[in-house]
Amino acid sequence: MSNKKFLSGNEAIAYGAYRAGCHVAAAYPGTPSTEILENIAKFKGEINCEWSVNEKVAMEVGVGASIAGARTLVAMKHVGLNVAMDPLMTYTYVGTNGGMVVISADDPGMHSSQNEQDNRCLVKFARAAQFEPANSQEAYDMTREAFDLSERTGSIVFIRMTTRTSHSSSLVDLGDDFAYGAREPKPYEKNIKKTVAVPANARVMRFDIENRLNTLRAEAEASVFNRIEEGDKRIGIITCAVSYQYVKEVFPEYSILKLGFTNPLPTELVRKFAAMVDKVYVVEELDPVLREAVIDAGVKVENFSTELSMMEQNVDRLRALRAELTGETYTPPAKPELPALPVRPPVLCAGCSHRTVFYSLAKLKATVSGDIGCYTLGCVPPLSAMDTTICMGASIGAAFGMQKAGLKNRVAAVIGDSTFFHSGITGLIDVVYNKGAVTVVVLDNRITGMTGHQQNPGSGKTLLGEDTVQVSIAEVARAVGVRRVREVDAYNQKEVEEALAEELDAPEPSVIVVFGSCVIAAKRNVNATPYQIDADKCMACGSCFKLGCPAIIRGEAKGKLFKAQIDPAVCIGCDVCAQLCKFGAISSTAK
Amino acid sequence: MSKIVNVTLVGVGGQGILLTSEILARTAALAGLDVKKSEIHGMSQRGGSVSSQVRFGDCVYSPIIPDGETDILVSFEQLEAIRCVGMLKAEGKAVIDTRKIVPVTVSSGQQPPVENQDELLASLYANRAIMVDSIEQATKVGNTRTANLVIAGALSKLLDFPAELWHEAIRTRLPAKLVDINIQAFEAGRAL
Repeated sequence: MSNKKFLSGNEAIAYGAYRAGCHVAAAYPGTPSTEILENIAKFKGEINCEWSVNEKVAMEVGVGASIAGARTLVAMKHVGLNVAMDPLMTYTYVGTNGGMVVISADDPGMHSSQNEQDNRCLVKFARAAQFEPANSQEAYDMTREAFDLSERTGSIVFIRMTTRTSHSSSLVDLGDDFAYGAREPKPYEKNIKKTVAVPANARVMRFDIENRLNTLRAEAEASVFNRIEEGDKRIGIITCAVSYQYVKEVFPEYSILKLGFTNPLPTELVRKFAAMVDKVYVVEELDPVLREAVIDAGVKVENFSTELSMMEQNVDRLRALRAELTGETYTPPAKPELPALPVRPPVLCAGCSHRTVFYSLAKLKATVSGDIGCYTLGCVPPLSAMDTTICMGASIGAAFGMQKAGLKNRVAAVIGDSTFFHSGITGLIDVVYNKGAVTVVVLDNRITGMTGHQQNPGSGKTLLGEDTVQVSIAEVARAVGVRRVREVDAYNQKEVEEALAEELDAPEPSVIVVFGSCVIAAKRNVNATPYQIDADKCMACGSCFKLGCPAIIRGEAKGKLFKAQIDPAVCIGCDVCAQLCKFGAISSTAK
Repeated sequence: MSKIVNVTLVGVGGQGILLTSEILARTAALAGLDVKKSEIHGMSQRGGSVSSQVRFGDCVYSPIIPDGETDILVSFEQLEAIRCVGMLKAEGKAVIDTRKIVPVTVSSGQQPPVENQDELLASLYANRAIMVDSIEQATKVGNTRTANLVIAGALSKLLDFPAELWHEAIRTRLPAKLVDINIQAFEAGRAL
């Protein structure tokens, strides 16, 4: 009897970790990886799990747990691995005690990321083992095997996911014996030569790592996750990850080498496959990592003239390549002609607590150094109140750099609570220490909003919903030497604007903590009664339109201008537009 | 290769699109078919366009439907139905909720509305769409939040799965106290 469940790739990893007897799991949320820890948290009785403050800490918790003998899983999105590279690059030297599995969830096509870096390059750089699942069943099977492989070889084992494998669902046979793979952590013995990476020890470890790669290569040669699917031998395609699915659809009759254990490359298997077929092609997504490894193994690889090493792979791209290679013709499907359609971009929610800050910054004409979160939507018109956004925590250091460059305009850094804890604190200390005068605005809604409302050090709850210390951002700011610290109510437009105006002019660093709950997380209970606009009092001045609130819509025309209306189905009654209206036209419908 | 059925569901964040696609996928799995479902998470709660894709058949490889190969397009909103018409095969069918959700780009005056939207929709989907007023049906059932199940009911008319399988999928996905009213909404859509 089978035990099949319909699971996303991320859910399948959680089930695999449970089945493998994982003891400790740590992550920082980030699309498309977030649901891995959320699903592991359902197994909280068996697996000790946490939202870490950032990916580096998550990796360090994982390293410590592995040294102490526990089976450990660490998960993050692709750019999170940049943050975690430091502990990773040396723990690969040390080698694991308890099995350590790291999930990197990449985002080809940048559905919800600032770049589409291919983390297979980083896994190769770290000389770690790598599995690349092509569906949820493989995500489950590979996670189970990854812990064993890590303990057999001492290597960290990466499972490299992508948006399509993390967020697509398919049937997974969990096996009849599905249960927690309970086991004792491996014994821990103090061993300074093995786990203290000082230069003298590291020079020895440097040789260990090369030996470990050889062991891993032998494992890859024999792995069940690497297989040849024989077909027409005139063309042989080497592929991995979700690209395999597209290849099966577009090249069903040809021979395929399907690789799941991709680093280090099973060179003997690759050469054997190449010898079987007339021509070898490599089909992958993003950087030509597999292609270069295959060429490195001495195999002649054919070129596709139209191949792009960027954006998502898909069936349509491969159909064009197939035509190129077989001489068949490929005509993309005909599309009906459409007029230009209005776009439907994501916007700050009606009643979002971030709106007053961006409205005020736009009004004050400040230069705004932004950060990663929902509030990056402050860049969207009509607010358009952001000059730059680079990566998690960059807002404060970048704002300081702008000041150092001599920018005449006043500069504010805008950062969310979770991002401040993640990597904003160090930037703030730098500003204080180096005598800067950056105005840091922390948008504190006490939740990690963008990724779907995860707890963080400011929310007073752990991943498991247990009560914990609520770290005060204002206290942190005072403790690191900021003298000008203020806490303001996000829904008091005047207070927010005055605080910003004063602090932007201050000759020293200041921190303004702007508090207001996330309206989605708070179940939209700020004040559930919608507001209305008295059409007789509305003078069509357009002030309220500048808020960019989706609840405020155009009403009747008045000359070239438009009166405003409020969509009662969208308005949550936050009162901000009423505070702006000079004519008293906006009021609550509550009596 | 055996026949694969491709269903694309589109609309606006918060309309229950992901739940509906999950119920469709579970129904197909209960029917013994191979199933894949794919969606884009991220900023969907913030008023942006949302889409989900479900494919089922004897053996499904790609989780993504190739361009222009959707057999059934389910649109929870009119403008999104117009935007996504190119995903549909020439002989494909559609289920379209007649409600209109004005994008913030239009309501704020940054972009003009679509001219003659009703006529455009009608011409693009002539003779191949079931038009549904899901809110009206859900109101009759007694809970407007079941509007997405009305759409699922209308979709079920275009597929061969028996109603019992749909009901079973609804039961396995929703909390017990919401099952009956959602099955009623589903049946209201199926009866259209």
